[in-house]
Amino acid sequence: MTEEIIIAGFGGQGVLSMGKILAYSGAMQDKEVSWMPSYGPEMRGGTANVSVIISDQRISSPIISQFDTAIILNQQSLDKFEKSVKPGGVLLYDPNGVINPPKRTDINIYKVSATEKSAELGLAKVFNMMVLGAYLKIKPVVTEEFIEKGLMKSLPERHHGLIPENLKAVQTGKELVEAVRTL
Amino acid sequence: MAKELKLMKGNEAIAEAAIRSGCDGYFGYPITPQSEVMEYLMAEKPWERTGMVVLQAESETSSINMVYGGAGVGKKVMTSSSSPGISLMQEGLTYLAGAELPAIIANVVRGGPGLGTIQPSQADYFQATKGGGHGDYQLFVLAPATVQEMYDFVFLGWEIAFKYRNPVMILSDGAIGQVMEKLYVGDYVPRWTDEELKKNAPWASYGKPANREHHIITSLELDSAKQEEHNHKLQAKYREMEEKEVRFETIDCEDADYIFVAYGSSARIAQKAIQLGREKGIKVGLLRPITLFPFPKKPIAEFSKKVKGILTVEMSAGQMVEDVRLAAEFRCPVEHFGRYGGIIHTPHEVLEALEEKIIKAK
Amino acid sequence: MFNPDIVKPENLVYKRTDVLTKAVMHYCPGCGHGTTHRIVAEVIEEMGIQDKAICIAPVGCSVLAYNYFEVDSLGAAHGRAPALATAIQRLFPDHHTFTYQGDGDLAAIGTAETIHACNRGENIVIIFINNGIYGMTGGQMAPTTLIGMKTATSPYGRTVELNGYPLQITELLAELPGTYYVTRQSVHTAAAVRKTKRAIRQAFENQKNKKGTSFVEVVSNCNSGWKMTAPKANEWMVENMFVKYPIGDIKVDGEKVK
Repeated sequence: MTEEIIIAGFGGQGVLSMGKILAYSGAMQDKEVSWMPSYGPEMRGGTANVSVIISDQRISSPIISQFDTAIILNQQSLDKFEKSVKPGGVLLYDPNGVINPPKRTDINIYKVSATEKSAELGLAKVFNMMVLGAYLKIKPVVTEEFIEKGLMKSLPERHHGLIPENLKAVQTGKELVEAVRTL
Repeated sequence: MAKELKLMKGNEAIAEAAIRSGCDGYFGYPITPQSEVMEYLMAEKPWERTGMVVLQAESETSSINMVYGGAGVGKKVMTSSSSPGISLMQEGLTYLAGAELPAIIANVVRGGPGLGTIQPSQADYFQATKGGGHGDYQLFVLAPATVQEMYDFVFLGWEIAFKYRNPVMILSDGAIGQVMEKLYVGDYVPRWTDEELKKNAPWASYGKPANREHHIITSLELDSAKQEEHNHKLQAKYREMEEKEVRFETIDCEDADYIFVAYGSSARIAQKAIQLGREKGIKVGLLRPITLFPFPKKPIAEFSKKVKGILTVEMSAGQMVEDVRLAAEFRCPVEHFGRYGGIIHTPHEVLEALEEKIIKAK
Repeated sequence: MFNPDIVKPENLVYKRTDVLTKAVMHYCPGCGHGTTHRIVAEVIEEMGIQDKAICIAPVGCSVLAYNYFEVDSLGAAHGRAPALATAIQRLFPDHHTFTYQGDGDLAAIGTAETIHACNRGENIVIIFINNGIYGMTGGQMAPTTLIGMKTATSPYGRTVELNGYPLQITELLAELPGTYYVTRQSVHTAAAVRKTKRAIRQAFENQKNKKGTSFVEVVSNCNSGWKMTAPKANEWMVENMFVKYPIGDIKVDGEKVK
């Protein structure tokens, strides 16, 4: 199994940390992982994206241009990465930041209204975990148990009190995800 | 040795390795894409745990000269930077080499020339392996391809640097600096005591005891006959490195008709291209130089007798390809494929280049 | 030369310090470098810190200073001595790292290293020989060359239009909070030598007490570069150099004088 993922959105949406928690969880589950951010001017307030690879084998290139899954959190990222999803792959997006929905018909398209839901619940901070939950519902590459371990490993100890809230958000995300168009 | 699993960026791995390998001092200056090295060290505050000194200098010129000072008194000192900063350090590097001082310099390469870009590149191969500063000298150059190697090569770097009294460059790029991967870290190696320092660096200017002559660390010799002698000594040292310290890795080369030669990030992309190639029935392997100086000339010479062609894959306009051609001595076609200016080649492009430049060209 | 038949130990009033090597100095007769070397070496001997003293030699006339000081030494690249000293003193905080630099090294090519080491308050001693000229390379203009002064690269005399003003770097450094002791001295008379020795002693004592940067400028002649006899050069120095570079303490115990 090798899963190559791009997560892309605005800086501040928790794109990088979502990728990090996913990578940590994979590592805890004894998978090979890599996490490769875009860096530089993009990092500073503009769009942010990170590619994460989770695999049973040694990862050759951490730099990838074709993805099994794209997790898209704004229009710019959709415009940039829709074409890079491998045929038969998955595109998951939050409709909140997307005016022109994805058009491709050779991939599986899902949406998760995480921005709306997290605002409604007053849980904007765990918005990214809802998105992660939605992804894991579609592709359970890591199990819940290891998500918890990944959170423990990636969050500083003083924030460990927030873990239950994060895990609850993952659950919410799982319940929230909807198929838009699947093969 | 107890191994602990961590998930870290390549830059952070260098910093963690510095702390764990008993480094005495790190002197640096911020530059993208390697700033995490010093950021990590400053956040970790190793001076409270191991006594390691960490200092942000006013320039790369200053940080490399701080390294020169620390190395001259026998301490395990290092710096890191990225291409434009490394250019500024060339003065210090030739002085380090001339005065035969051990030190580690990590270069997380970005695209050039000039201020260039902040994205990954391998366009500083010539600068790293052919001198860079003035005079006949060589850095020992290690090329990590993984976060684990970023970590491990700091330990190896100290070994080489003190064994040969020579600066060691860890030549990586923005991709390896920024990627986060699994990393197994080992136990802490304590910093040397003053007694250990005197034993391991008996030549150093650590303070003159009453019972010996004073030590002088310098690269100046006004008598040219003596300077030629010194150059002979340096050259003998470099030849010894070529004899004993060449490191490389081969992947899928046993049955290969073609091989890629690539180091660092490019080697990993080439590895993916091998998978793609083999799916199409192209028997291709990879030779990955781990030391760029000393360069694995002999294994490349051997392969050049067996394979139908060699493609070097570099994020540059073609630098290492010259060394590969020298080693292959026209026994087989040697071509280069590269993207540059901060663009990273895709595995598909690499495979296509092999087909176009080597296989179809025959 | 020590002749035991003539000089009896009980009559011995002066002895060459063992902190200087036996090497014959290459400095021009009448130059202030030799005297300043001796003073620094005597202070190191008197304080009993030879085993902890580290000399950083510059590029310039005193490039070979490490051949004369019987202490562990390093030769720095041009201007970089304060960077070396910074690292060494931080790595060996109980040592006595000092730089010995000329005006070109310290106030031109090494300005950044000098200012930042002083601004960080590095616990080092900087000995700064200011003779207003590049001696070693054959008498070219220095940052401290006076207006009107003729050098190999200002053959008609330094002008403001072409070259800007002489740099009073010592006054500039005294403004930085990191400097604890900043003084300007000379070595052209016996009285001046005694004062300079007190200043250099003070600098090393400050270092022992971890007070921050101590900076001792020694205004000196360059009779070769100035193309004068040594006595004439000293006179010219008093009449001209001391006007722009007045002798005396500028900052003591971290406080500006006056």
